[in-house]
Amino acid sequence: MDSSPDRCPSPRPDRTALGGTLVRLGVAVAAALLLLLLGLPLAALVLRVPAEALWSRLGQPLVLEALRLSLATSAASTAAVVALGLPTAYLLATRGFPGKRIVLVLIDLPLVLPPTVAGVALLAAFGRAGLAGGVLHAFGVSLPFTTLGVVVAQTFVAVPFFVGAARTGLAEVDRRYVDMAATLGSPPGRTFLRVMLPLAFPALLSGAVMSWARALGEFGATITFAGNLPGVTQTMPLAVYLALQSDLDAAVALSVLLLAVSLVVLLVLRSGSAGPAGARARALRPAE
Amino acid sequence: MAAQVALAAPVVPAWPARTLTVFAAASLTDAFTELGRRLERRAPGVSVRFNFAGSQQLVAQLEQGAAADVLASADQQWMRTAADRGLVAGGAVIFARNRLVVIVPTSNPGRISRLEDLARPGLKLVLAGAAVPAGRFSREVLGRLGAAPGFPPDFAGRVLANLASEEENVRAVVAKVQLGEADAGMVYRSDVTPPVAARMRVLEIPGERNVLAEYPIAVLRDAADTAGARAFVSLVLSPEGQQVLEQHGFLAGPVPVAAPR
Amino acid sequence: MLSARLSDRRGALELDVELAALEGATTVLVGESGAGKTSILRALAGLDRPASGRITVDGADWLDTGRSVSLPPWRREVGYVPQDYALFPHLTVQENVAFGLQTLRLPAAERRARVQDALATAGITGLEHRMPRQLSGGQQQRVALARALAPAPRLLLLDEPLAALDLQTRRLVRTELRELLGRLPCITIYVTHSPVEALVFGDQIVVLEQGRISQAGPREELLRYPRSPFVAELMGTNLFIGRRAAAGDAPGSRVRTAEGDVAVSVYPAQGDVFLTVSPREITLFRERPAGSAQNVFAGPIVELVPEPPAGERVRVVLGTRPMLVAEVTREAVTALRLREGAEVFAAFKATGVTLYS
Repeated sequence: MDSSPDRCPSPRPDRTALGGTLVRLGVAVAAALLLLLLGLPLAALVLRVPAEALWSRLGQPLVLEALRLSLATSAASTAAVVALGLPTAYLLATRGFPGKRIVLVLIDLPLVLPPTVAGVALLAAFGRAGLAGGVLHAFGVSLPFTTLGVVVAQTFVAVPFFVGAARTGLAEVDRRYVDMAATLGSPPGRTFLRVMLPLAFPALLSGAVMSWARALGEFGATITFAGNLPGVTQTMPLAVYLALQSDLDAAVALSVLLLAVSLVVLLVLRSGSAGPAGARARALRPAE
Repeated sequence: MAAQVALAAPVVPAWPARTLTVFAAASLTDAFTELGRRLERRAPGVSVRFNFAGSQQLVAQLEQGAAADVLASADQQWMRTAADRGLVAGGAVIFARNRLVVIVPTSNPGRISRLEDLARPGLKLVLAGAAVPAGRFSREVLGRLGAAPGFPPDFAGRVLANLASEEENVRAVVAKVQLGEADAGMVYRSDVTPPVAARMRVLEIPGERNVLAEYPIAVLRDAADTAGARAFVSLVLSPEGQQVLEQHGFLAGPVPVAAPR
Repeated sequence: MLSARLSDRRGALELDVELAALEGATTVLVGESGAGKTSILRALAGLDRPASGRITVDGADWLDTGRSVSLPPWRREVGYVPQDYALFPHLTVQENVAFGLQTLRLPAAERRARVQDALATAGITGLEHRMPRQLSGGQQQRVALARALAPAPRLLLLDEPLAALDLQTRRLVRTELRELLGRLPCITIYVTHSPVEALVFGDQIVVLEQGRISQAGPREELLRYPRSPFVAELMGTNLFIGRRAAAGDAPGSRVRTAEGDVAVSVYPAQGDVFLTVSPREITLFRERPAGSAQNVFAGPIVELVPEPPAGERVRVVLGTRPMLVAEVTREAVTALRLREGAEVFAAFKATGVTLYS
């Protein structure tokens, strides 16, 4: 065996192995810290409430009102966001036009605007003395202090979540399929429904879920614009905040309740993406 | 709740730089800010930091471990709660009093000219929440008015039917009325500051039906700067402090304010 | 019948073509990549609009830029099979093929029947409920074809249909596809860069060179009478372009070309002439051959390409001026010790030259 020094030295196994192990360790630690940061507060919350207390709270009219209001308004605002946001996303994804960049910034604005500021802005626009207040009044519509106002506030803050995801999802649909559908006799509207929507579905669903979650948790804009009245505008986040000031146990119980409801809805929606539509959508990935 | 408190003139010896934290009811915003400035001028190196909010919120925060040196609440009930929870050192002193008034925007969209008009259906009324001292007092006043001659017996019920929103501190009520969103609101007289008065009309509540809100102030048990806390309290109770409070619409406290020396 | 005139500029390419095609026949559009073949298909399909042009199919104007007429793709009775088939990944084979029928307002039974017919025509049945990603390349191609055929289009456009297939499959499919296309009643435009496919599929061949049509005509015509070096190369034959050497010469005179004079055996007409020499007419020698009626060109061997299927005949590409292609037997290669780089002499008789103008 020749051991001449001119030969390339054999790779240093300990150096490379340690490098690899260190990286893996680092990744594991980071992930663990993150999960701890998220999981510990949630676990602490749940542990704080005895199960019977939670059940008895569920029966309280104030709690039921807040829960009902939260679910109803967040569902309505998500529907509004999708109804208005989908055509907008389609336009942004398929066409260029002068001023497009400004429109994109405008749609992203609620993301960076503090919710209370959003509330003040909504008042300035749609309040009784607001810019459009007169117009609304002429139609017999009043937004501040009403449930409709809550929906408007939620819609305002939730829009960027859906439109962003929908725009990307629609833009990523391969142009080839759209062209192909056109040559097969499908006008643009039909192509949108039969080709673009199904192919972009996972992104759209994800965007809608995020939008709903944001609407459910909305507080600052709601309390500023719509106000706070049980049964009318006092959604769960508002109820929790106010309960915190006078009855900590009630606040904790309400929080756990909201957490449970959110969890259930999220699970239902996620398993929706595991159903037949979602399976088809996921199956598209490897083929592309 | 009287207690022995040094009423000496607030001559403040120079201290090293430090921050004094004062938790005070929202209605004290303007008056206390002014008093804080005066203390800072007298004791260079001391900076006074305020947290103005509904009294219920202040107590809740203190309970959760917020650090402060002084607490001034808008009613005795919340100060008692704070004391019950061991947050207060020694006793509290009433340093100011206040009364409620009804405010409507200058444009008066609700066309309210008398207190009785508040019961008219379809109005948008904004009050502080029931847990907020101002809110509690508002409801008490409404109840008292219902017993007055010329008012229907279910006056309070009818007025509360017009409730559009419950705010978490009294200044938020002022804001809503100022913005013109609410037809009327009930706030402290001290909340009708000059800039606010320019944008609204005030309806007085007859003295015998009104409530007298009594504001207690106390040094907190976990105060980091007890000496500084006491100096601030002394300032508030001093003739100078009382004068500032009166200038901001408060009524002087019942504690006899004798000139020092 | 299709008659199209298109003029456009896309990037560096200037497109200016005029073509016609008949129903029941396959017209092959052949050229190198970048020549404009796909641009023409997209214009015919209505996916792109050229700067100026006119497209008429069976008497109906699909495009007339002069009169601002431009039918969108969904109003043209066109079937398009792109190079990568573009099967809808979220639909089954059945749904893919039925897609073009859904705007036709047919009763469900008839729709199903037409889907079955189209699948049968394309040669695949039994795969109706599979998803595209479960199919092989060849199967996908057939489904794409069936999908394009189901709505009975007037114009069928095929973009390099065999390019995405491996060599084995390609050969198998080629024969079947040829037979299938032969049975179709529509106008078929078949785009390819492969000369072999052009010859196999083209009832009519249109040669596209840098946005312009070099030559168009039946297969035989292009084989026998190429009119540009590119077409000649495509057809695998040798071409000289020249002028009559001198006026008033007797038969047996020479034609002057850029690379030298060529002896011909017919009396050339005035002006430009085209001369082709079939590769089989060229004989290779190791030394300069004698004989005055011969045309001789010298040069090195650039490439030796055995001809399929068994390499009995070998194409020899010569680096002569001009480049010539000769075809010899395998035995000749061995006998003459032909190999790349070897200097040889290529000779052909004057009688082996076909002359036309």
